[in-house]
Amino acid sequence: MTDNIKIPETKQAIPGLSINNNRGLLQWITTVDHKQIGIMYLVVAVIFFLVGGLFALLMRIQLAIPNNHFLSPETYNQLFTMHGTTMIFFVMMPAIFGFSVYFIPLMIGANEMAFPRLNAFSLWMTFFGGFVLYFSFAAGGAPDAGWFNYAPLNEKNYSSSPGIDYYCMGLFLAGIGSITTAINIIVTVLHYRIQGMSLTKLPLFVWMVFVNAFLILGALPSLNAALAMLLLDRQFDAHFFTAPGGGALLWQHLFWLFGHPEVYILILPAFGIYSEVFQVFSGKRIFGYSFVALSAVAIALLSFGVWMHHMFAVGSGTAVNSFFSASSMLIGIPTGIKIFNWLATMYGGNIRFTVSMMFAIAFLVEFTIGGLTGIAFSIVPLDWQLTDTYYVVAHIHYVFIGGSLFGIFSGLFYWFPKLTGRLLSEKAGKWFFWLFVIGFNGTFFIQHILGILGMPRRVYTYPDLPWYGFFNFISSASAMLMGIAFLLLLWMIHSARKHGTASGSDPWDGFTLEWMAASPPGNQNFDRLPVVHSRRPLWDLKHPDNADDE
Amino acid sequence: MLTLLNICLTRRLLQSMLNPSSEQADRIARLFNYFNVAAGGMVLLVSGLTLYICIRFRSKKTTRHIPEQTKGNNKVEALMITVPGILLAFFFYQTVSVMHSVAPEPDHFPPPDVIITGHQFWWEVRYSAAGVTSANEIHLPAGKRVLLELKSADVIHDWWVPALRNKMDLIPGKINHLWLNINKADTYAGVCSEFCGAQHAWMRMNVMATDSTSYRHWLQEEAATALHPADSLSAKGSVIFAAKTCGGCHNISGTASTGQVGPDLTHFASREKMLGGIMPVTEENIYRWLSHPQEIKPGSKMPNFIFSNDTLKALSHYLGQLK
Repeated sequence: MTDNIKIPETKQAIPGLSINNNRGLLQWITTVDHKQIGIMYLVVAVIFFLVGGLFALLMRIQLAIPNNHFLSPETYNQLFTMHGTTMIFFVMMPAIFGFSVYFIPLMIGANEMAFPRLNAFSLWMTFFGGFVLYFSFAAGGAPDAGWFNYAPLNEKNYSSSPGIDYYCMGLFLAGIGSITTAINIIVTVLHYRIQGMSLTKLPLFVWMVFVNAFLILGALPSLNAALAMLLLDRQFDAHFFTAPGGGALLWQHLFWLFGHPEVYILILPAFGIYSEVFQVFSGKRIFGYSFVALSAVAIALLSFGVWMHHMFAVGSGTAVNSFFSASSMLIGIPTGIKIFNWLATMYGGNIRFTVSMMFAIAFLVEFTIGGLTGIAFSIVPLDWQLTDTYYVVAHIHYVFIGGSLFGIFSGLFYWFPKLTGRLLSEKAGKWFFWLFVIGFNGTFFIQHILGILGMPRRVYTYPDLPWYGFFNFISSASAMLMGIAFLLLLWMIHSARKHGTASGSDPWDGFTLEWMAASPPGNQNFDRLPVVHSRRPLWDLKHPDNADDE
Repeated sequence: MLTLLNICLTRRLLQSMLNPSSEQADRIARLFNYFNVAAGGMVLLVSGLTLYICIRFRSKKTTRHIPEQTKGNNKVEALMITVPGILLAFFFYQTVSVMHSVAPEPDHFPPPDVIITGHQFWWEVRYSAAGVTSANEIHLPAGKRVLLELKSADVIHDWWVPALRNKMDLIPGKINHLWLNINKADTYAGVCSEFCGAQHAWMRMNVMATDSTSYRHWLQEEAATALHPADSLSAKGSVIFAAKTCGGCHNISGTASTGQVGPDLTHFASREKMLGGIMPVTEENIYRWLSHPQEIKPGSKMPNFIFSNDTLKALSHYLGQLK
């Protein structure tokens, strides 16, 4: 246990400024340091979250009462399109990449990502992808055909403003950035692990992000191909998606072949965060490591065989629908395994209710709801009734917020001390937690019922049918709570950076290598580290008589 | 619990899947009840376990003991796989059997009773055998098995009358079919459920189910040509309608107006609502609509005309009389 190994040094950041002196704007822009790039990803996510969240609140104001005229239909349609596109491609993806590129090297005992320049390239592709998408507002109108942008509504005949051209180009650029990040992650994990850390001893966060990278490599090309074809259609009359005999459905196949794996791309890294958080704050190692790890592989593989459950209403016939029903249901099993393993991890533990842990615990319940309503969509006859209604809106938000975003919040509270050397206020954090969780459930739970009552999604207004006005009003009012909660979080981050309690390198009594680096880590993460013998190197150091036995 | 709540809320609502009024919707609603029981049980199980574990194993500040470092247990894992597996197998069986009973697939479909074509942003309803074309209000016989043919004139739309049965997309270049056995005569609200552009929100419809005698009677009335103008004002309106470009888009049988782009207006005034559900058909509403259509339904294909007050009065009077 005493054998120390030297960690290879980082090549100097180009253009050669170290992280601790001169953090001017130019230095940030030119950096190839994985930690600075990680932080910039997170900043990009926060900025786009503010914009996407504002769009959501404007939509909820419009929907607060029946027959409202607050927004015109054209504006509303642009807002819901931009809300979905922004949140998925420019909030969730950057947030996940931010945590990934920051913490993978730290958790595997490396000093850099495998390709530092490629890392910077990916960040800027994502950033400029978002920039190009938003430039559409200045160029004559944002895209207005929904985030999944169905053909032929996305064609020039039906959407003549240039918004959808910018959608194609923006997402294409961001897609290239995602693919290069995935390559970078795979090579880093395969090649730069510290001595003794075999693939079966990876921290679960690293494992999930690693599996996820393969998902990105498989899924994003389908989207990028579809975007290129659509741009050809719009600019050069190519007729990929307008040809008679199923052209319109070709878009749906290509989009959902990307789109469904994308849902798992956004949730697997969050699963990784929860896996770390449950272990540390229960004071226990993960229950059933190999089941948790392998179920991620199962989810990744299955996710490429379920895309047509988004298309049960296109009239494909019973045989096709049955196949995709079965494959979609199967995903419920590995997901269930994870939930129960996390519960078993907490069982018998010594649970500390930090804000990070509270988000993880809330996730268990919220994600179970979102997962089960997902099962409803694999039951074809129920999908036939519920798809494209507010039930689906509720479902995706329980998955994306209750699953992915809670994971990002949990990770933020968990790792903020490592990022900045200071703790976020736990007291204010609890206020944030309760405001956000209550607001979230108030906004979206009731939307299940609206869907069952027959309210379709993506309507800019609705007639005054029984209960519609009342439920929508509750939903809108609760959405404001989430908005307030997020402003509170921004204030907390600001004040923690100014005068937060110093955290030291290991504030949570952590298990993984990142807690051995300084907070924040210097230009070089590590000088020397012990050889790794188990999945929890720090636990072994702290409890030599009770070391893990993998 | 959720199921009960929903049933209480929706007992008297027509636009809900929990108020089934056809054989097909009934089967789906029953399956939904099974699902809600199973899913509700699962949510209770997970939240119950979470709560129990959180309370029992919460950290006591005074004594921070080090918990036993359990590694896992294959028997527990097997349980986690088999129990959900059995539940899912049950629901898969249900899925396939309900699918078969709701959507039987014959080798070829007989001629449909009604052809429904989606337009931005209204429903064209065509009864080929009777030579009837109407819009947004779909009259069907109750107590009889009818076949619907669904297609689209522009983008993808989606037929959804929750109380009658599942939704089905209307896709350009593709023809879809739905069987329907409506149990009782009533009016059922429906919507377009696939985003189709600026006025997707106002692409609503009503299904008017009546007994077969009234249905046949209705078809006969609809098949007749339009009524002749009864007074001088509506005569003036009919002349204006023919003289302006109205007939380029709208059809009024028995006149020279034979357009096929917009809704058929032959018996326009016999419908309850206009513009995909925005307002009831009254002379005042027609007047409002004709004076500024792009304010009332922005994004619809109806252009803004500049009509004088007299023209508007005559036109709306004429259209308001087309029973």
